[in-house]
Amino acid sequence: MPERKFSNKHIISMRDLSREDMIYLLDIAEGIHDGSIKPDMAGKIAALLFFEPSTRTCFSFESAMKRLGGETLLMKGTGSTSVQKGESFADTLKTIERYSDIIVIRTAVEGAARFASEIIGLPVVNAGDGANQHPTQALLDLYSIRKTQGTLENLKIGLVGDLRFGRTVHSLSQALAGFNPEFYFISPSHLVMPEHIKSGLRSLGVNFTELQSVEEVVSELDIMYVTRIQKERFADPEEYEKLKGSYVINLETIRNAKENMKILHPLPRVDEIAEEVDASPHAYYFEQAENGVYTRQAILSILTGGISK
Amino acid sequence: MKQLKVDAIKNGTVIDHIPGGKAVQVLKILNGKAAGDPVSIGMNLPSAKFGKKDIVKIENHELSVDDVNRIALIAPTATITIIRDYETSEKWKVEIPEVIENIAHCPNPNCITNTERIPTRFDVLSDGGPGFMCRYCEKVYEAEGLKIKVG
Ligand SMILES: [Zn+2]
Repeated sequence: MPERKFSNKHIISMRDLSREDMIYLLDIAEGIHDGSIKPDMAGKIAALLFFEPSTRTCFSFESAMKRLGGETLLMKGTGSTSVQKGESFADTLKTIERYSDIIVIRTAVEGAARFASEIIGLPVVNAGDGANQHPTQALLDLYSIRKTQGTLENLKIGLVGDLRFGRTVHSLSQALAGFNPEFYFISPSHLVMPEHIKSGLRSLGVNFTELQSVEEVVSELDIMYVTRIQKERFADPEEYEKLKGSYVINLETIRNAKENMKILHPLPRVDEIAEEVDASPHAYYFEQAENGVYTRQAILSILTGGISK
Repeated sequence: MKQLKVDAIKNGTVIDHIPGGKAVQVLKILNGKAAGDPVSIGMNLPSAKFGKKDIVKIENHELSVDDVNRIALIAPTATITIIRDYETSEKWKVEIPEVIENIAHCPNPNCITNTERIPTRFDVLSDGGPGFMCRYCEKVYEAEGLKIKVG
């Protein structure tokens, strides 16, 4: 069992987590994965408040809790933070607080999880708040990167697709910043990484290169993180049809990849990774989804004391 | 050059070196702090340093350091003088606090501070120039982008 402490009561934003916190959490997840750590969550209840639907994330939390012997309460809403007319978000939280040991919140409203953590006594996990944060996704991505590369340090990481609106690539680039990465931001010109992310990375001395095609750097990469380019992001549908082909990863694209190169994707995939890639040793996205369960098991058990801190 | 002057006061607070045109906003932020006291405002006075400046004098009321730091968001250059019996008793510059609480609205319509009735909090980012990060939605704004709450 790792002999470190975790200094957060909640998981709200990657900004709150120190490098030590992240490593501790990944170590616990790894111990759960290989069976050397067996948290006991019997008798514990996680309330999953999904004001906005996200079947995968919800199932992943449910699976994590149930496989540790715990129980879940599931509430599904419509996106906003009010469940029924007349009841405030705060009242909903203060009531559900009485039924459970930890609260997991997914909303379209940015900052909702932070607010929840301020008004209730239980640990709160942010399972995605609008365009803001999705820290459990960033942590499972870190876990998958470390698992496949043996380290988080000094890696060459390509982020591919919609880097402008993609929340996961923003969080991931920030989370990796402390591990001396070399980033390649590969996107169409109007979906480039936002300036505030880039200036944040610059101030931390992180190197990055912006490109429009994967082929130029594929042979350099340790990790290729692919995200979906959504049709809605294009004013001109013809432009989308023209562009989407150049961001589809197929066996030809990765012909010159290094042996250790792994392809990650937050899923669901539409057509940005050809199915023929699934059987390749470079494909790792389904394992990545499985890793989400170990990572969330670590989060749930660390925060509820299901593991000795 | 003909200098416009606001009359000297006997007791109270003088807020000087407010950027030109911002005096009314300064008073809005201090709303209620000087209720009933005589207030005089000078606007767009010539200033060697800033071109144009505003000045606000509040009679019979001494603002606290806390009150005054609230105005740092829109008037970071302001100086404060506490007057007692026509003499300068204390003088200090405003300082931007670490946290700006419930003074400005978050401009992000999708932020919880705009969907629930809760106070706003902005953390003042120190490195890389002045920026204000909403504690909730984590978006970063410059002072000009923030809308001051009234009342
Ligand atoms: Zn906000």
